[in-house]
Amino acid sequence: MTANRLAESLLALSQQEELVDLPKDYLLSGSEDEGDNDGEREHQKLLEAISSLDGKNRRKLAERSEASLKVSEFNVSSEGSGEKLVLADLLEPVKTSSSLATVKKQLNRVKSKKTVELPLNKEEIERARTPLEQEIFNLLHKNKQPVADPLLTPVEKASLQAMSLEEAKMRRAELQRARALQSYYEAKARREKKIKSKKYHKVVKKGKAKKALKEFEQLRKVNPAAALEELEKIEKARMMERMSLKHQNSGKWAKSKAIMAKYDLEARQAMQEQLAKNKELTQKLQVASESEEEEGGTEEKVEELLVPDVVNEVQMNADGPNPWMLRSCTSDTKEAATQEDPEQLPEPEAHEVSESEGEDRPVAEEEILLREFEERRSLRKRSELSQDAEPAGSQETKDSSSQEVLSELRVLSQKLKENDQSRKQKASSEGTIPQVQREEPATEEEEPLLLQRPERVQTLEELEELGKEECFQNKELPRPVLEGQQSERTPNNRPDAPKEKKKKEQMIDLQNLLTTQSPSVKSLAVPTIEELEDEEERNQRQMIKEAFAGDDVIRDFLKEKREAVEASKPKDVDLTLPGWGEWGGVGLKPSAKKRRRFLIKAPEGPPRKDKNLPNVIINEKRNIHTAAHQVRVLPYPFTHHWQFERTIQTPIGSTWNTQRAFQKLTTPKVVTKPGHIINPIKAEDVGYRSSSRSDLSVIQRNPKRITTRHKKQLKKSSVD
Amino acid sequence: MKVKMLSRNPDNYVRDTKLDLQRVPRNYDPTLHPFEVPREYVRALNATKLERVFAKPFLASLDGHRDGVNCLAKHPKNLATVLSGACDGEVRIWNLTQRNCIRTIQAHEGFVRGICTRFCGTSFFTVGDDKTVKQWKMDGPGYGEEEEPLHTILGKTVYTGIDHHWKEAVFATCGQQVDIWDEQRTNPICSMTWGFDSISSVKFNPVETFLLGSCASDRNIVLYDMRQATPLKKVILDMRTNTICWNPMEAFIFTAANEDYNLYTFDMRALDTPVMVHMDHVSAVLDVDYSPTGKEFVSASFDKSIRIFPVDKSRSREVYHTKRMQHVICVKWTSDSKYIMCGSDEMNIRLWKANASEKLGVLTSREKAAKDYNQKLKEKFQHYPHIKRIARHRHLPKSIYSQIQEQRIMKEARRRKEVNRIKHSKPGSVPIVSEKKKHVVAVVK
Repeated sequence: MTANRLAESLLALSQQEELVDLPKDYLLSGSEDEGDNDGEREHQKLLEAISSLDGKNRRKLAERSEASLKVSEFNVSSEGSGEKLVLADLLEPVKTSSSLATVKKQLNRVKSKKTVELPLNKEEIERARTPLEQEIFNLLHKNKQPVADPLLTPVEKASLQAMSLEEAKMRRAELQRARALQSYYEAKARREKKIKSKKYHKVVKKGKAKKALKEFEQLRKVNPAAALEELEKIEKARMMERMSLKHQNSGKWAKSKAIMAKYDLEARQAMQEQLAKNKELTQKLQVASESEEEEGGTEEKVEELLVPDVVNEVQMNADGPNPWMLRSCTSDTKEAATQEDPEQLPEPEAHEVSESEGEDRPVAEEEILLREFEERRSLRKRSELSQDAEPAGSQETKDSSSQEVLSELRVLSQKLKENDQSRKQKASSEGTIPQVQREEPATEEEEPLLLQRPERVQTLEELEELGKEECFQNKELPRPVLEGQQSERTPNNRPDAPKEKKKKEQMIDLQNLLTTQSPSVKSLAVPTIEELEDEEERNQRQMIKEAFAGDDVIRDFLKEKREAVEASKPKDVDLTLPGWGEWGGVGLKPSAKKRRRFLIKAPEGPPRKDKNLPNVIINEKRNIHTAAHQVRVLPYPFTHHWQFERTIQTPIGSTWNTQRAFQKLTTPKVVTKPGHIINPIKAEDVGYRSSSRSDLSVIQRNPKRITTRHKKQLKKSSVD
Repeated sequence: MKVKMLSRNPDNYVRDTKLDLQRVPRNYDPTLHPFEVPREYVRALNATKLERVFAKPFLASLDGHRDGVNCLAKHPKNLATVLSGACDGEVRIWNLTQRNCIRTIQAHEGFVRGICTRFCGTSFFTVGDDKTVKQWKMDGPGYGEEEEPLHTILGKTVYTGIDHHWKEAVFATCGQQVDIWDEQRTNPICSMTWGFDSISSVKFNPVETFLLGSCASDRNIVLYDMRQATPLKKVILDMRTNTICWNPMEAFIFTAANEDYNLYTFDMRALDTPVMVHMDHVSAVLDVDYSPTGKEFVSASFDKSIRIFPVDKSRSREVYHTKRMQHVICVKWTSDSKYIMCGSDEMNIRLWKANASEKLGVLTSREKAAKDYNQKLKEKFQHYPHIKRIARHRHLPKSIYSQIQEQRIMKEARRRKEVNRIKHSKPGSVPIVSEKKKHVVAVVK
């Protein structure tokens, strides 16, 4: 018994050790410990008391960061109880203390009553009367799960029992090793992280990338499904990268490199690398399988079977070119929507069609369409049920179901295409009715063709083109040739004629379904082409509107103008005194008559200058900021503002004038030369008496005035 | 690495013959150079700012006098020589380029009241409180010679001012009367009086050289013609005029520095109204001197500052002051119109630039062009508020600043009172007198 207990405790120990190791001097509560390390405990207590003084509870479970080599019995810990396990405790039998004796007896008595258990269990089983409960019980029984006491499954019990002491020891050693390894790894990682060398990190990163690529290649060969998942992950990373716009030249590093790039070859290379990386990241990811498709049909088929189409569809959405930018975006987006959520597919489609129908024959067509969708839904349900029926559902069936969904989508897109096509045909001025008739067989032929197309449709454009191809073919070929052509083409495009029986069945089913419905769709499409076109355009506009919903510039402008107009309107003055001459108070308003009487209407201001200019706001207020730079009063010598304006508007700088003009314009009125004495003016200086000028240091710009004055003066003096 | 070099092909700019048109290296199509006004405005703004940045007008202080400087005189032929007389009777001759005193004469006992140079620049005259007029040689005495005046005239009364004729050997003194002297005689040719008060200064007209102007302490300015025996006419102002100065470029214009803080520019033909009243000083204006260009004048005031006024503006364009400069008694504008000298109470003669931000020394042609352009721009945009504000901004000592505020209030009060008086009296009974006419009491012929 002791041995058994020991084993159990060891097992527990090994499980607990993984988690947390208590600090060595953790407060021990066991009374056994008192004897050997009493002093230590006291010390610990003291420490704790000190540490608790500052309010914060410092006591924390220390995390084990590295493997301890001394995993001894003496510091084995028991996590759950918070107490230390001591080996002696494990070895010793349970002492029967007098106080516990009665309880133990009771316990034994309870244990001995085995007769209670079985009927109870039975009762429980019997209680499961509903079919669901029964099913559950059945399942539980089948898997040997505990029904009543959900503690340990029989398997677990068995494994527990199977574990011997040696095994436990081995396991412990293993765990220790693992821990040691982890700690080494951690240390290594820390060390590596500390390395500052950029080159080192670059090399490491490159190596990792290479390795990952290699692994991915390997994985692709071995397990394509997993590879696809991986691919998806990569794609997601790429998208994240793209969204965050890293690896461009906007970063700090890139900027610094850009500066250096002129001189430093290395920096230039680094930049180029970065740009290449950016290109790579922002580029559309090519699906690997595309090239292989051409090689052979069988291989392709295998892969198709292996890779669920749903994955591809997701890619389709991610990789497709920006739908906003496409001309025929409406249909694309619709398709995308349908692809994203095949369950939701029927409603919008029906809606659209019914819309496009217009008023011609609304009820009947609608009914037919609705029926079609109903049927399709039921079909899907049926397939799902069949899947359920086979619990060991194979990849094949799953694939077929997804294939089915896709095929549905294709059919729908095809229909849209056909609408387009019929429109084109209308343009070529043919009668509507024969056209419809002509097309019916074509579509009949086409449906299976589409379904069995060997290539997977990767992107929306391809899906589109798929439709287009057929359109062209239909257009070019006259009716009699058509069928032959079709029959010719069919084997070409169908190298995998022998297919799974089940699939074929489904296809036939689908075909039937479509053949019954296609005429209705066709007949619908013809008279509503233009409306469709209109709608497309409208949708496009709508879409662009949505895309730029945040910045509706025109409305903002109109709003701004309205506000400006409102603000500039003279305000009415309300002089009503509430409560004056009548009752006042909360909720009482002055009477309308009074309000009318005391409302002073502001006179209409002058009409706004921008009244008749819808795209202009003219602010007639004075702008303070510009006013600081404007002359308020007409300066003195000027008599008209235009005089002043003209002087200002004539530039004098050499930027606008020739050199000579500039010199003339900028010559100061008075030029003085340094170091030259300027003598007072003399009559001779101004040419009154013809004599040479004695002083050249002053050049009067306007000597005329002076001469006249001089004359006067001289006259006067002579008179005097 | 690519080495960039200047390479100039002469074909691009050398004409084949002299008669060829000069190549224009620029397209002056106005559409290619838009926004003329804003661009020039910004340039003007920058020029104005730079002007304020570089405004460092103070050049030198000439110290050596042992008492307040009472009078200054320019050498008529030499820009570097300046003469100054102090309140202790000392006359000093200075060299401005070396900024030192080259000669010291103890000319008088008591104040040197006036000093003037002869038009030829060989000698100068001084008058002092000791009732003497002395003529001195401009050059210093030779070795072993004594420092003696050429001539000494002993008068009966104290002379308060002296000025020399601009062309002839005649000078005029003032005291109780205006005396006109021949250099060769010891008695005046003629003496002219009008009233009985002491005359503070007399000035010859530099253009119409026979004309004289004098100002007396009985508030009048009297004009004389040397060729006549009697004065021409006089104008009586509100308060006493300290000095007058004739405009060297316009014969009949003179400016009077008045005790009522203002300066009055008169046209001698129409004395009843001054051409312009210049007001900015906050204390009595003691001296005034015209720039030789006749466009501006500088005034020295008891408020410890000097101001530069354009002739046609009532407000000053510049004010100079330093912490140490006390009441400025005399001021002169040098003959090349570049500098201003002022002598003040605290024994120093200060040298200032007439244009505060002007660059001294030789300018290259480009510098000159830029200077001219900037000057024109400042002129062109001077009415713009931003530019005006920056150009007008000056630092003032607190005393002057507060006095300006105070006087503004006083003036406003006076104006208000006048307006009220007009408003509350019979229309037309109280005449509206313009600022110009207000200060002229009477004109007598």
